Amino acid sequence: MRKTLLAAVAAAALMLPGAAWAQGGTIKIGILVALEGAFAAGGQDGVRNVELALKEVNNTIAGKKVEIVVAPTDTKPDTTVRMARKLVEQDKVDFIIGPLSGSEGIAMRDFAKTIPDKVVINGISGALETTWVDPAPNFYRFNLDGSQWGYGLGTYAVKTKGWKRVATIAADYSFGYTNFMGFAVDFCKAGGDIVQRFWQPLGQADFGAIIAQLPDNVDAIYLGLGGTDAINFLNQYQQAGEKTRLIGGTIMADQTVLTARGRAKDALKGTPTSGPFAADNTDPAWTSYVKRYQEAFPANQRFPTPSLFGLGYYVATQAAIKALEAAGGDVSGNQAKFKDALNKLQLDSPVGKITINENRQATGTVFINEVVDGPDGNLTSKMVGRADNVTQTLGMTPEQFRALGLPSRNVVDCAKLRAGG
Amino acid sequence: MDDIIKRNPIRSLIVAILIAIFLWLVFAPWPPDLVAKWGRKQIFLNALLGGITLGALYFLVAAGFTLIFGLMRVVNLAHGSLFLLGGYLGYEISSATGSWFIAFPVVFVVVGLLGLLMQRFIFSKMEGEELRQTLVSIGISIVLADLMLWFWGGQSYSILAPAFLQGPMELPIINSINANTGATNWLRYPAVRIWILIAAIVIGVAMWLVLNRTALGMLIRAGVDDREMLAASGVRIQLVFLVVFGFGAGVAGMAGIVGGTFQSLSPGEDTRFLLASLVVVIVGGMGSIVGAAIGALVIGVTEQMGFVYAPTYSVVFTFLIMAAVLAFRPQGLLEARR
Repeated sequence: MRKTLLAAVAAAALMLPGAAWAQGGTIKIGILVALEGAFAAGGQDGVRNVELALKEVNNTIAGKKVEIVVAPTDTKPDTTVRMARKLVEQDKVDFIIGPLSGSEGIAMRDFAKTIPDKVVINGISGALETTWVDPAPNFYRFNLDGSQWGYGLGTYAVKTKGWKRVATIAADYSFGYTNFMGFAVDFCKAGGDIVQRFWQPLGQADFGAIIAQLPDNVDAIYLGLGGTDAINFLNQYQQAGEKTRLIGGTIMADQTVLTARGRAKDALKGTPTSGPFAADNTDPAWTSYVKRYQEAFPANQRFPTPSLFGLGYYVATQAAIKALEAAGGDVSGNQAKFKDALNKLQLDSPVGKITINENRQATGTVFINEVVDGPDGNLTSKMVGRADNVTQTLGMTPEQFRALGLPSRNVVDCAKLRAGG
Repeated sequence: MDDIIKRNPIRSLIVAILIAIFLWLVFAPWPPDLVAKWGRKQIFLNALLGGITLGALYFLVAAGFTLIFGLMRVVNLAHGSLFLLGGYLGYEISSATGSWFIAFPVVFVVVGLLGLLMQRFIFSKMEGEELRQTLVSIGISIVLADLMLWFWGGQSYSILAPAFLQGPMELPIINSINANTGATNWLRYPAVRIWILIAAIVIGVAMWLVLNRTALGMLIRAGVDDREMLAASGVRIQLVFLVVFGFGAGVAGMAGIVGGTFQSLSPGEDTRFLLASLVVVIVGGMGSIVGAAIGALVIGVTEQMGFVYAPTYSVVFTFLIMAAVLAFRPQGLLEARR
């Protein structure tokens, strides 16, 4: 009797780790991505790129099978949090990759604090506040934020182009302020002067009166608009017969504007812009990534080259794979090993080396592009420069950066920065 | 006129002074004090002209809307879709034929025909049931919006104006006088917007003449006042309805080309212009052409002036005006005769 009891206990003891092993044999990843609304096409590209990154490792990380669960959002923060909760509670995912847009990112930072045992790796959301103001200890961002995307353009404008006096027109919302801030910090430090700033509400269709207000004695005009607003501005800018040179924010010369139909976009020719990638980058890491992307999906089911959104999700997935391999695929407990591996990660991404800082925010490369005529009659962008190792604090100490204030209409004080403060 | 002045001498004087100040602001060169306070004169003039030309566009969209409402009591919420469809068709036609002008009659006929079909096969089936008609028109607008998204995609389209309308033209309004040389700077303004303003005025006057000076206009006005009596007196009112619906739709389609030329076309523009025309007819008075013109002018100028002098609050101004009109003059500034 005693022997059988012992045997039973022994058998049970033997089975326990076995049971645990079977349960831990797969890694479940929740993909939080916008598949409705303005960014739907970009969101689909995000999903494609997650699949691509996983296919490259045969859907296996450290000997464990990988499963993904896609949770669609509509870019509204409350939907995002609801879907994230569903991923954690119902689908029981091990960690989350996402979200896609700025306000979703801030909502997920707060939600991440309620699930401290799970890792959240940002998709491509770019709000500065997400990893700067009260960041969550388990929220990682391997893409640059909106203000980093603007960095490097100012130096290029002042040093290479010799444009020292600019007026600015930008969209009157969080991303507009943030992206402008990155440009302005760099531009003012390089010795440039911002003569006048105009802030336009989103969805503004008639810019005639603003165009009339543009000062004559400037070298260029910085445009921080996007999508339809950008097209409307360019159209009316040409009709008013204006010909001042332009400098573009990150979304001013993206695919949505460059592939618009009609002649409005022609005014952009020769405009420098900056962003997290350059479509014609000749770095083998980038070209081989583009090739893998193009080979993995038929031409009518993808963009000609990966989009900004796709790239973001690709890099996030790549970071998760590399870190999990270093952690031996261990996602148990409070995922301490996984978190540790993420913190130490030196990621060789398609857009260069990426590391993260103490706020778990990426440091990486910003690419300077110029709009030129493309081979098919469309406009395209040409890489003209790059700024490496752009930090969250834009090359300043955290104290100096904090002193600038959070992005808003009046940040930054150009004269003060020019004087070196 | 003399009567009004005699009856309200003080009010007339105030109006006369305001008009004089306004004319002075527009035509005289501004003294330096005023420039220091309000910015350059060019800015004021551009905002004013921008508002008037934007008003012209709003008028073109709202004119058909207000006629259809006045006559048939149909709040056609698919009106914005007709605007956008007209714009897309205009883009296709003008880029295929290379002629901007040819797009206007073609679009007028095609979109007008669509309007006729909508009235003949849908709205006439639910004669007198306003709520049902309105709900059906929402349904149509959603279907049309998705069809257009499927066919033309989510990109922005802008229509190229013909060469002689591109770039700015000089207007006989003094912009500034160079203090050193004494040379006069005339105001430069986009030519295409001036011509569109002129076209809108011509269309507006023509509509007014048709309504007030022809037999068809008499029928329409009678229908607006009392359509049962008109039907009872032997007029084939369904025919009048068809003509008005087709015409209203056609004008909305042409407005789409205009909108695509000085702004751009993309999904979502349909609801934006539907909202604009709703505000315009609420302010101007449902069913009145002159009311639509005044409403469009007020809304256009307010929007532009707001953007220049108070950009933060500009979005609320038009709705404040609408709320004020609804509160103090619910029938609109100019009510159609009942």
